Amino acid sequence: MTRRIDCDVAIIGGGLVGSSAALALRGMGLSVTLLDKGFCGAQASGVNYGGVRRQGRPPEQLPLSQRAHAIWPQLARLIGIDGEFLRSGHLKLARSAADMASLERYAAEVAPFALDLELIGHNQLRERFGIAGGVIGGSFCPGDGHANPRLVATAFAGAARRAGAEVLENTKVTGVTRTFEGFALEAGDVAVKARTVINSAGAWADNFARAFGEPVPLERTYPSMVVTEPLDPFLGVNVGIEGGGIYARQVTRGNVVVGGERAAPLDDPDYSRPRSDGVLAIMQRASELFGPLRHAQAIRFWSGTEATMPDRNPVIGPSATTPGLIHAFGFSGAGFQIAPGVGEVLAELVRDGRTSTPIDAFAITRFPPASQPDDALSSR
Amino acid sequence: MARPISSATASAGRISYDGLVLATGATDRVLPIPGWTLPGVFTLGGAQIALKAQGCAIGKRVVFAGSGPLLYLVAWQYMKAGVEVAAVLDAAPLAAKLNLLRALPLAPGIVLRGVRMAAELTLRGTRVVFGADRLSIEGEGRVARIVYRDGGREHAIACDGVGYGLNLRSETQAADLAGCAFRFDPRDRAHLPVRDASGRSSVAGVYLAGDGARIAGADAAEAAGERAALALLQDRGLSHDSSRAAVLERALVKIDRLRDVLEAAFPYPSQWAPEIADDTLLCRCEEITTGEALRAIRDFTLTEINRLKAVTRIGMGRCQGRMCGAAAAELLAAQTRRDIDAVGRLRAQAPIKPIPLAAGLSIDARQHDPAH
Repeated sequence: MTRRIDCDVAIIGGGLVGSSAALALRGMGLSVTLLDKGFCGAQASGVNYGGVRRQGRPPEQLPLSQRAHAIWPQLARLIGIDGEFLRSGHLKLARSAADMASLERYAAEVAPFALDLELIGHNQLRERFGIAGGVIGGSFCPGDGHANPRLVATAFAGAARRAGAEVLENTKVTGVTRTFEGFALEAGDVAVKARTVINSAGAWADNFARAFGEPVPLERTYPSMVVTEPLDPFLGVNVGIEGGGIYARQVTRGNVVVGGERAAPLDDPDYSRPRSDGVLAIMQRASELFGPLRHAQAIRFWSGTEATMPDRNPVIGPSATTPGLIHAFGFSGAGFQIAPGVGEVLAELVRDGRTSTPIDAFAITRFPPASQPDDALSSR
Repeated sequence: MARPISSATASAGRISYDGLVLATGATDRVLPIPGWTLPGVFTLGGAQIALKAQGCAIGKRVVFAGSGPLLYLVAWQYMKAGVEVAAVLDAAPLAAKLNLLRALPLAPGIVLRGVRMAAELTLRGTRVVFGADRLSIEGEGRVARIVYRDGGREHAIACDGVGYGLNLRSETQAADLAGCAFRFDPRDRAHLPVRDASGRSSVAGVYLAGDGARIAGADAAEAAGERAALALLQDRGLSHDSSRAAVLERALVKIDRLRDVLEAAFPYPSQWAPEIADDTLLCRCEEITTGEALRAIRDFTLTEINRLKAVTRIGMGRCQGRMCGAAAAELLAAQTRRDIDAVGRLRAQAPIKPIPLAAGLSIDARQHDPAH
């Protein structure tokens, strides 16, 4: 028997973006149905590296990033747990003079945003952070940090549920159509009517955008992470490297999480697995950069599915074709930190039709629209 | 400075194959009880290996507890080796043992051998208790006694070593990583890789044999291994003995019937999950207690084992759930009042066993390691 739900807002995708939007919307008193094809927070929101970092983001993301920055220390109040958030600082290392110059240019470019970036020379790196191998300097952002991605999105969804949102897991949206008064969604034996729809379906969001005549060049990427056994604390900061390579953080429990490279999708591209050569490369770079890792054991690898856009910026904002539809996806491997801010922005867009945070750079209209709406999804 | 084993032996290699026989075996199924991580507590399998492979006993006065044919076998082997076996605490009630009568026509030799072991243990002064409940192991810094309930009364037995385990669990990670399809098996209370009577998995070229695919014991493993090899030969168009294959399959069917009876004689202790104390360590790698797991299940409204792992770190440590995974699934099922098959299975991830990060270093880099 079909269960019918009538609500103000239906949210497709219970990742960190969808869940934080659900919580913010409940705070405004709107009725919310949050639908996830699997479990909330089990995809990119839960399998990313866990960096809570403003440094390195393009300037157009920084207003949003600063908004989220204010939310992270409030997690315990907001969602009941701190998500293992540590304001450890983020240290970006330079391996060459050119990379150091790039860090210097970035620091100058984002000076108006008050990230308090501090450029650090080789000796200071060794003295303050114990980092030596093959780096000439770095840029330190003291207010950045890291958190446990497995916990944060799950807890946002749980908080939204406690706040009165209808959270439906293992409920795949198979059809969504614009109706006279709003939208009609089909999801197995659930039928949802909603005035507004938020498309926060992550790596699956392009299907919903396309169904409303807005094809987007979304591509999937698969992160590759290595986790060590718990070790005595030696790495007090979240470390990245200019130009990529690896990134590493040590959690309170003592495990060191090292990311880099890309995993490979399986036959079913919803699933992926780290490649052995990629994992070995990460392990090699990590043990070269950090002495204490030289004799540590790797106990776990992980991967997942993330969505990326060609210009490395997400899509956030109203649909250009369909009133009442709002998109928020394609966070390009850097969505974790800004997502709680995105949730608030989405809630404002729903309630007020506008937001106080600049998001023009993320408009879906930067990609050319299709001439005809594709109703493949709604007819499925 | 001593050269650490981890980097001295570390190197990465790759072996390509076009046929793979997985015979990954089994380990003890452990359902945590208070004190199970105290020094001096071993799994039944671990206790047996210490004796047979290393000639060591796990204590001077030992108790074996739990369930499964291994319980009596290991106790008897210890007794024969001259170790004082203070008690055998069988979690199953005596009534369950009546099932062995059904096994008598199937495998009289095995059943009689088991009965003889129990009788010999009793004659040598070992206390054999059926239906031992609410086990806990106590001691300051190491095992000093084991406490159990029998018919509502609490008893304590002094000992300096405990062997504990409740039947076996298949080691299925390699089959999972090889892409094999899995199916829930009610007898083993586990999700197991699917195979046909000849040992073919769902993946062409991958064959499964022995306890790693389903618990059936040593005799079955021998037959299943040979049968899988014949299937591999046949699939490659090589000559193979098809009448031998038929003999092996018949033998495996017979052993399988025996296993059904043995499972009834050594049943899963369904009282474990509802009764286990909150402060009992569930995941010893990540040091997560039963109470913490239950709280996470409630707070995050969890229903699926991989989500329990994600939220609590249970099964994320060195053993990757090989030790705690079965218990965590039982706890989740009991707490959410669902059948054990409904909570899902822990997805396997590489590495199956911990590997040194230095395995990623080239030979050159290792030779220049100043620590050496």
